[in-house]
Amino acid sequence: MSNVDYTTLKKGGFMRQKQKDNFSLRLQVVGGTLTAENLAKIAEVAEKYGEGYVHLTSRQGVEIPFIKLKDIDEVKAELAEGGCRPGVCGPRVRTVTACQGNRICPSGNIDTSELAQELDQRYFGRELPHKFKFGVTGCSNNCLKAEENDVGIKGALKVEWKEDACIGCGVCVKACRKEAVTFTDGRIHVDYDRCNDCGRCVKSCPADAWETQPAYIVSFGGTFGNNISAGFAPLPPISGKEQLYRVTDAAIQFFDDYADPGERFRFTIERVGKEKFIEAMKEAYDE
Amino acid sequence: MSDYTVDDTVDITDVVCPVTFVKAKAALEELDDGQILAVVMNDGEPVQNVPRSIKEEGHQILKLNENDNGTYTLIVRKTGE
Repeated sequence: MSNVDYTTLKKGGFMRQKQKDNFSLRLQVVGGTLTAENLAKIAEVAEKYGEGYVHLTSRQGVEIPFIKLKDIDEVKAELAEGGCRPGVCGPRVRTVTACQGNRICPSGNIDTSELAQELDQRYFGRELPHKFKFGVTGCSNNCLKAEENDVGIKGALKVEWKEDACIGCGVCVKACRKEAVTFTDGRIHVDYDRCNDCGRCVKSCPADAWETQPAYIVSFGGTFGNNISAGFAPLPPISGKEQLYRVTDAAIQFFDDYADPGERFRFTIERVGKEKFIEAMKEAYDE
Repeated sequence: MSDYTVDDTVDITDVVCPVTFVKAKAALEELDDGQILAVVMNDGEPVQNVPRSIKEEGHQILKLNENDNGTYTLIVRKTGE
C-alpha cells in the first residue's frame, strides 16, 4: 500500500477520498448516455464494492464512491463486463458532454450523440498541459451550456426561404427571437445580420418552406471553476464535420503547443494573444 | 391563403405556458378531423411557441392573424392520426 501511484490511479478515474484507501471511481460516460446494461452493472458494483450509491457529477459523469484500494483491479474487471470503463481526471481531455440533440429533441439542429462519440474517440484522455473539456449542445437553447467548456459546439441551422412552398401564414415571423424575419407583400425576408442561425423559423413552419443546412458554432476558452468566463465564438458557423474537426484539431493543438502546465485554455489564449489564436482558428476554418 | 370557416374558437390569453398549449390541445380534441379551430393567444412566448407545438402534434397550421388588440389568432385544421 505504501507505494501507491496516485497519479496513475487518478488518470484512471480513481479520485482519492478523504477516507484513507477509499476512492470515488469515475466512469467514462459519453454525451450523458448510459445503457441499461451499464446501469445494472454500475448498481451491482456500487452494492458489492461501494456503499450502495453513486454520485452524478456536474458534467454528466457517474462516480462510485468508497471503492477500496485493494479491490481496484476486480472492480475494473467487473465493470468491463457491463461495458463500463473508468473515466479520467487530471491534465487531459475529459468527459465529452452532450444534450440529446436532434435524435430526441424537437429543438435539436444536430446529432449531438454522434458528435460526442466522435469527439470522444478522437480526443478522450489525450494528455495536455491541463484539463480540457468539450461540450456539445444541439441548439441555441443551450441546455448543455456549450460556452462553459474549453471547446463548446452548438448546433445551428443555415436557412433560406422557399417561396414555392410558403403558405404565407406568418408563424415564422413571430417564432424568430431576433426579429430577423419579416413578411411583406407576400414575401418572407430574412435579415442575415440579425439571424443567429437558431432554426426556430424552420421548426415552426407548417409548410416546410425552408432550405436548411446544419452548422456548428464553436466557442473557445470557457471556464467555470475558480475563474468564470464564457467561451467566445470568433468564427462564422461551420458546415460539415471535416471543417469542424479541422478547427477542433487546431484548437487543441494550440493549447498543447502554447499552454503552460496547469494553465487553462482561456488563459493561454489571453497570454499568447487572442488575435494570434483567432488567426490560427481562421486558418483551420479556411484551409 | 385559402378560405376557411372557423368551427370553434378557444381563447388561451388567460393562461400561461405550458397551459396555453394544453388548453389549445384540449379544444382540438373536441373537434372532428378536418374542422378548423381558431386559437387566440398573446404576443411573446405564446405566439413564439404554441404554433410550433401544435404543428408538432401533426395538425395543419393555416394562418396566423394579428388582431387589433395585440393578440394573435392562429387558424388550425385538426388532423387526426
